[in-house]
Amino acid sequence: MTEKTNLARRNFLTKMPAAAAAATVVPGVVLHSTGAQAAARDTAVSDKVRWGMLVDSNKCADACTACVDACNKENGLDMHKMPEGADADTWDQQKPQWIRTVKLRDITTGRESKLPMMCQHCEKPPCEDVCPTGASFRRADGIVMVDRHICIGCRYCMMACPYKARTFLHENVDIKPELAPRGKGCVESCNFCVHRLDNGETTTACQDACAKEGHHAIIFGDLNDPESQVSKALKKYPSQQIRADLKLNPGVRYSGI
Amino acid sequence: MLKSCFTGKLFALLLLVVLASPASADKNWRENGNSRATEVEACVAPTDQMRRNHMEMIMHQRDITVHEGIRKTDNSLKGCISCHANKDDSGKYIPVNAEGQFCAGCHSYVAAQLDCFSCHATVPR
Repeated sequence: MTEKTNLARRNFLTKMPAAAAAATVVPGVVLHSTGAQAAARDTAVSDKVRWGMLVDSNKCADACTACVDACNKENGLDMHKMPEGADADTWDQQKPQWIRTVKLRDITTGRESKLPMMCQHCEKPPCEDVCPTGASFRRADGIVMVDRHICIGCRYCMMACPYKARTFLHENVDIKPELAPRGKGCVESCNFCVHRLDNGETTTACQDACAKEGHHAIIFGDLNDPESQVSKALKKYPSQQIRADLKLNPGVRYSGI
Repeated sequence: MLKSCFTGKLFALLLLVVLASPASADKNWRENGNSRATEVEACVAPTDQMRRNHMEMIMHQRDITVHEGIRKTDNSLKGCISCHANKDDSGKYIPVNAEGQFCAGCHSYVAAQLDCFSCHATVPR
């Protein structure tokens, strides 16, 4: 921990003169850095960016599972099948799943709507609160992740998450995906395709898949940038947080529910 | 008192011999292997530093990668594997944690458990 703190201090000190110089280049001109980068990132993420998502439930088509399939493929969740002799129902409940589709039904009107549900990347994540080792954490740019190196697999975070967004990996992974290393004994959940973002891309697998299907129900981007597509959409259309009563300020918002 | 001091020295000497052995044992990887690493003089740091501190370097890199999103490749595990994986006769990569290969060779000798590869890939892609 001390090492981490010192590292941050060092970063701060080395960057301070540069920041000061940038500010004085032309008086009155404020230099902005954008979230998107062309190459693999070599500086620490900062809270200047907050990644977030807007999902339009009205555009989410019935029986479409493009986002789920794309997520499974991107993160290697489809690489292991039901273990031999396992109970199919149990497997269905326990298999790794970072994004799933949920059907909502208003009991008074009977109106049904469908939406993809995944980690909501809360500003105040309950999973982080309960984690005994610090493996559940919120990155500076708003992505809530599991550090598998220090996850002990206690699954307390799974209990704490109000969105049922996390799953536990019960089985060994034979083929290890290079981009999303994962193995038996850790909890895992959506990380907004962090390997893409760190390598300069600005889209997630689910968003790309949804757009490819022609639905465009998912808009992803920087919530802190007023010019980003997601910020503009949030400004224009009514949207809501799921379980807003918990005051977690999730990074994923929904409209049309 | 004198005797125990002598025993202590003997023990230290024995310990040194044991510690030094893997260094001589793993000479084989350079002679018998065909990985990219066999063709270069040194790793990302001098060999004696790598032997003693590689775990610190990987651990430091893992923390800054997971928590700060820094994806530089100089001390990455992916870098280790891409350089140290040997190929078999058919040109296919042999996993670095297979018996006698670069990682497993030393680690099984010193009985230090190798946990990296329950999640990370063992061959370059």
